[in-house]
Amino acid sequence: MFEAIAFYLFAALTVVMFTITVVTSQALYAITAMAAGMIFISAFFFILGADFLGAIQIIVYTGAVMALYAFGMMFFDTTRKVVEKRVNPQIVFVLGVLAAILVVAIFVAPIVSNNIHALYPVQEGVGNSQAIGMVLFTKYLVPFELAAVMLLVAMIAGIVLAGKKMDKSLTLMTEEDIAKAHPQHESHHSAGGHH
Amino acid sequence: MEVTLTHYLVLSTVLFAIGLIGVMRRKNLLMLFFATEILLNATNIAFTAISHYIGDLTGQMFAFFIIAIAASEVAVGLGLLIVWYKRTGKIDLDQMNSMRG
Repeated sequence: MFEAIAFYLFAALTVVMFTITVVTSQALYAITAMAAGMIFISAFFFILGADFLGAIQIIVYTGAVMALYAFGMMFFDTTRKVVEKRVNPQIVFVLGVLAAILVVAIFVAPIVSNNIHALYPVQEGVGNSQAIGMVLFTKYLVPFELAAVMLLVAMIAGIVLAGKKMDKSLTLMTEEDIAKAHPQHESHHSAGGHH
Repeated sequence: MEVTLTHYLVLSTVLFAIGLIGVMRRKNLLMLFFATEILLNATNIAFTAISHYIGDLTGQMFAFFIIAIAASEVAVGLGLLIVWYKRTGKIDLDQMNSMRG
């Protein structure tokens, strides 16, 4: 009973938050609603008994990914209204058909999955984090290490891409020095102001 | 009032559709990234629900790796986006046509 109440409550909250993220024209509203939706999604993981994944969802998504977006948004002009795309009707038609096929496949999936049996059944008397650790460090060790290498590569790529000219402190320089050091940036900034 | 697997799959489909709408109507690249995150989260819910109702931990493993991929995608994508913004001053998708032949 309480499970059903919690499910419907968090389902409604998540749908509302992600709808705000998708339709709003303010970037700050979008990122705030996005962070709230991420936390509400972790509630589903806790309801489903996946405690470790719920904690990871809060730490990684709300703590790391959303903070990274917030830092990234400091580089952009976020006060400007987001202009929407005039959509191509053919693309919308194709994507709509694909989404309809996807819905049908999802509703047919339980019929097909009747003969699926658990490869790594959950052990009795073991907590969720411990069970995940057992499976992760035995059966999925190689993908785990590959994911670690991939995260390292992504971190180095992020530093190299975003860290150019980071040795000059823009906050401690005067406006004239910044204009002298970045003439290109200034001209673009004034050009962008017309939009 | 029993919450079944179908409930979770319907919720996941609704969230996926919301993300798809976002991908279709957004022109700002930052907003497009947000819609991508919604898509990844919708699949995470589906994987975890199936993992719970079948009694198998593989679904949670997949959700775990999806979160890792999403984190690295954000790092690389935001780095590229910042470089593009420093060069052109805009992050609109329609103006990225420098590779048009």
